[in-house]
Amino acid sequence: MPDFLLNALLAGLALALVAGPLGSFVVWRRMAYFGDTLSHSALLGVALGLLLEVNLTLAVITCCVLLAVLLVTLQQRQPLASDTLLGILAHSSLSLGLVSLSFMQEVRIDLMAYLFGDLLAVSPTDLVWIIGGSAVVLLALIPLWRPLLAVTVHEELAKVEGLPVAAIRLTLMLLIAVVIAVAMKIVGVLLITSLLIIPAAAAQRHARTPEQMALGASLIGLLAVCMGLALSWYEDTPAGPSIVISAAALFLLSFAWRRRA
Amino acid sequence: MSDALIRLDDVHVRFANQAVLEGAQLQVHRGEIVTLIGPNGAGKTTLVRAVLGLLKPDSGKVWRKPRLRVGYMPQKLHVDPTLPLSVLRFLRLVPGVDRPRVLAALQEVGAEHVIDSPLQSVSGGEMQRVLLARALLREPELLVLDEPVQGVDVAGQAELYRLIGRLRERYGCGVLMVSHDLHLVMSATDQVVCLNRHVCCSGHPEQVSTDPAFIELFGQDARSLAVYHHQHDHSHDLHGSVVSGKAHVHGPNCKH
Repeated sequence: MPDFLLNALLAGLALALVAGPLGSFVVWRRMAYFGDTLSHSALLGVALGLLLEVNLTLAVITCCVLLAVLLVTLQQRQPLASDTLLGILAHSSLSLGLVSLSFMQEVRIDLMAYLFGDLLAVSPTDLVWIIGGSAVVLLALIPLWRPLLAVTVHEELAKVEGLPVAAIRLTLMLLIAVVIAVAMKIVGVLLITSLLIIPAAAAQRHARTPEQMALGASLIGLLAVCMGLALSWYEDTPAGPSIVISAAALFLLSFAWRRRA
Repeated sequence: MSDALIRLDDVHVRFANQAVLEGAQLQVHRGEIVTLIGPNGAGKTTLVRAVLGLLKPDSGKVWRKPRLRVGYMPQKLHVDPTLPLSVLRFLRLVPGVDRPRVLAALQEVGAEHVIDSPLQSVSGGEMQRVLLARALLREPELLVLDEPVQGVDVAGQAELYRLIGRLRERYGCGVLMVSHDLHLVMSATDQVVCLNRHVCCSGHPEQVSTDPAFIELFGQDARSLAVYHHQHDHSHDLHGSVVSGKAHVHGPNCKH
């Protein structure tokens, strides 16, 4: 197997593994549009990173977290509904990112790679970031699992029972930001949320416990990465979108099995 | 008093420039059942949220016994249908709880048969019991119940109130309950606090039901309270007069 394909496979598998449990929370907490908004702002992070000449992954994480904080502040301060606010922030941050990048004529960047991912161009350095980031998120999720479930079920009950609800919510946003930064290289800012929600949604129909759903989502994600890369390799299709349509096909297939009673 | 669990003094809360609580006070002691009653919008839930520490009053004092263990039963539990969670797992979200303890708590509230059911599939009455079991698993010194009989039929309501009374005897905990209905509550409580942004009157049920402030707030319903049960179909303004445009609809047992 050529090196670039092996790198691509390892990067995709690492992301799929962590996207399973995290994506389950995105589905349970109805945060799909929230994830989408954060990932749209990732391009702004790239532009700022290039402008300030700092590590792009860190720039993207910072930008996502700042946007999340801005969103929470706006939600508390004015009456517009959350989805309206998300729409405003998603598209204005994406546009701001695109406009900022256009000012930097001296920097040559492949815009398509940031928008839709360029998995086959993952370098060994990228791979270290992707595997490292995924591992950090997975390890963080282990002690957070039960508190996160408790907060997802009923925030006020969790708070009365002594859980630091605000800190837990912020940590979840931070973890999503890390995954977005890591996944940008793989599927691009426009497709990231699909890797979080499609495998989780596919696993949902057949899971009886939260852990089954998270694990099932990881497995479906792993399978989608393998299928997508194979499609890309043999048919010369773009890798990121190929992974997404593979995941979507598995989601459709999940309806073929009878749901367990 | 030394066995007080919580003490609220002169609590003021405003939402969007509208006063919700104006100088409310409240105390709950060990082993005592206190019921908050009052019309819709009287600030009952707001007062409970202040007791629980979910909301900081604009002014006034909220004192809680240090390290007070609170069991809270929320009004409603909405769990996303995509989250596969059994009743057992839901109750095990309380740290350090295993299956035998969950089973014991469910038996205590008479809902042991739903232990392995998905949380979203249990009925309204069973859900109230499951929520009560969750509060009990905390081994509470204070039980806070926000409309514990919501969505439960009349026979079930009386049974739930009896259950709450038994739990108080058994655990010696204080109980703070919210109800917007008067019937049944009166016999199930030691102390009634009648709230309409401020505390109109409070005391033992018999005392309160003859208090002029209580009669003013609840009107006709107050007088024959113990005789029959009834539903509210009107509301009051700050001064206690009826503001609803709808006329009182007489119920089957309604003798006035």
